[in-house]
Amino acid sequence: MSRANEYHPSLLRGLWALTVRELKKWLNDPVMLLMLVIQPLIWMGLLGKSMNLGAMFSASNLGNIEVPEKIPIPGNYVTPPANGIIYVSGIMVSQIIQQMVSDIGGNVMRNVFGVTDYFSYMSIGMISMIVMTTTMFSGMSIVWDRRLGFLDKVLSTPVPRGAIIFSKVLNATLRAMLQATIILALATIFGLQLSQSFTLLNMFGVYAAIFLLSVGLSSVFLAFSLRSTKLERPMQFVSLITMPLMFASNTLFPITLMPGWLQAVAYVNPLSYMTDALRQLTILTLDVSKLITDFIYLGFFAAVLSSIGIMLSWRYLSK
Amino acid sequence: MVEEVIVARGLTKVFNRNLVAVDHVSFSVKHGEIFGFLGPNGAGKTTTINMLITVLRPTEGTATVLGYDVVKQANEVRRVIGVVPQEYTADEDLTGYENIILCADLYGIPREVSKKRAVELLELVELTGFKDKKVETYSGGMRRRLELACGLVNRPRVLFLDEPTLGLDVQTRAATWNYIERLKEEYDMTIFMTTHYLEEADTLCDRIAIIDYGKIIVTGDPEELKHSLGGDIITISVKEDADISDLIRSVENVKEVRNENGSYRIKVESGEVTAPLVIEALRRNGYTVTRLSLTEPTLNEVYLEYTGRSMRDTEESKEAFRSQRLTIRRARAR
Ligand SMILES: Nc1ncnc2c1ncn2[C@@H]1O[C@H](COP(=O)(O)OP(=O)(O)OP(=O)(O)O)[C@@H](O)[C@H]1O
Ligand SMILES: [Mg+2]
Repeated sequence: MSRANEYHPSLLRGLWALTVRELKKWLNDPVMLLMLVIQPLIWMGLLGKSMNLGAMFSASNLGNIEVPEKIPIPGNYVTPPANGIIYVSGIMVSQIIQQMVSDIGGNVMRNVFGVTDYFSYMSIGMISMIVMTTTMFSGMSIVWDRRLGFLDKVLSTPVPRGAIIFSKVLNATLRAMLQATIILALATIFGLQLSQSFTLLNMFGVYAAIFLLSVGLSSVFLAFSLRSTKLERPMQFVSLITMPLMFASNTLFPITLMPGWLQAVAYVNPLSYMTDALRQLTILTLDVSKLITDFIYLGFFAAVLSSIGIMLSWRYLSK
Repeated sequence: MVEEVIVARGLTKVFNRNLVAVDHVSFSVKHGEIFGFLGPNGAGKTTTINMLITVLRPTEGTATVLGYDVVKQANEVRRVIGVVPQEYTADEDLTGYENIILCADLYGIPREVSKKRAVELLELVELTGFKDKKVETYSGGMRRRLELACGLVNRPRVLFLDEPTLGLDVQTRAATWNYIERLKEEYDMTIFMTTHYLEEADTLCDRIAIIDYGKIIVTGDPEELKHSLGGDIITISVKEDADISDLIRSVENVKEVRNENGSYRIKVESGEVTAPLVIEALRRNGYTVTRLSLTEPTLNEVYLEYTGRSMRDTEESKEAFRSQRLTIRRARAR
């Protein structure tokens, strides 16, 4: 009779099997998929369109400034006009002012955000936010696996321990990537302006950046969730750190305009680097040296955090 | 072929540095045997299994499965064992079929093989009709059977069953015993199981160990253990409110008397012969017998004898425990 000993589980087989299990959980769930679309829609509608910073500078905001029809310009003229006063057309002045404000606005926007519309700027920031939260929450599902005994059952099989950890990380990453794609597509429909230099090839860069941040974040969260006996702990921790991470970064607002201490935080915050990488690749005119810096930092972050995370989880799983 | 399939020597697990869940347990399980761990809640049954299946690392002591050390050769052990855990661990969001395939993948079984096995196993546990239904729609008995199927997917040589019939109704329980016995024959397995059902231990197990507070109290085959009690048990009550232990003890052939809240538990060689003598002695001394029962020893008597507690006492809390586990599971499903 055929016996157990003849088969050897490989890391890849196990990784694939466990990842497919995770993917099935949400890919087969229409409600979950709908949420993936609705969440960015809501955020985009509320944040992107309501906080329309660019519109502050638009000429229409000057509409209620009273400009008289004729503006008298008094003075000692060499050849004084008939009644001693020169008049300028009020409409012309108004147009000039409006044009100038609009130009200044455009310049301010370009200098501060790199693009003239805040919506594009913030849509990309939103990708970062969603990547961050998705990644953190996905790792937490291992707490359920442990509670329900699924983890123990998996641990009693010869599947390599690494496959168990990586499957969670991979699931988090794939999910973040899909969400990023959805947001980018939706945002483009709603008026995000892709830069001239954008090609589909840039999407590989986008995915690479997301991958690096996700791998780093999710492995640490995985280790943390595994080690905390209460499900509430990692949840509390996530809600505690997401807001600060988001605001102390270029996700919603440029770092250069922040107070010094906040800048210091933002410059070590990996979220800033991923967001910048994404913007470089999509809406900005690509600055290759900046992009390289971003990727070096993200790579470093991913390597360090995932080593720590995976080491800690490994120790936990093989205790 | 290894004659001693499982060997545990001084196996100990201490949780949080002070809770001794399993306390220097030693036993061995022979090839082809069904070996049962019998004990109440918190006795340390699951903890022992978890050490044997390499999920928990022993604090002290050693254990081998088919000659492989559960710590040093954990991976070898994992490949030759099958595990049916106490909880329902199948993935609710997957179908029964997908669950079995997932288990097979974890053992590295090629898909051509695992697809065939999944169909076979589902047939065996009579879940063929539900194979493409999500597990969240399964009843308790169906889940239990699915766990059984998952535990067999790698054709294990040693099968670990942790309370295989916990929470099942009497009918399903009997059917499950049937499967277990058939499986054992079909796959030539050695089985290590835990249970708190005495009749289960009695009918199913070739040998049992009674475990309480992490210690093995006695090991032996059920018949042998019952015989070791030395005969029958008479339980008797009298109307009067006096201690009659000494009086009963003076009757011929009475081995032991224990007063349990006014009813007397009398161990005798042969109940049929001694009971009339006891009644006669009591009547002569002016006592009125109100109740008398005669039992051949069951495992419950064995259990009572060795632990001083009735196994039945623990059954209620067991159910409460199970429903709590179900609640946790449901909470997740929402
Ligand atoms: N992970 C753990 N951490 C701390 N204590 C534990 C842990 N697992 C079990 N225990 C404790 O160890 C003791 C034995 O538990 P175990 O689960 O082995 O009992 P059991 O015999 O299987 O009981 P049951 O019939 O309820 O399943 C219990 O007191 C339990 O509280
Ligand atoms: Mg148990």
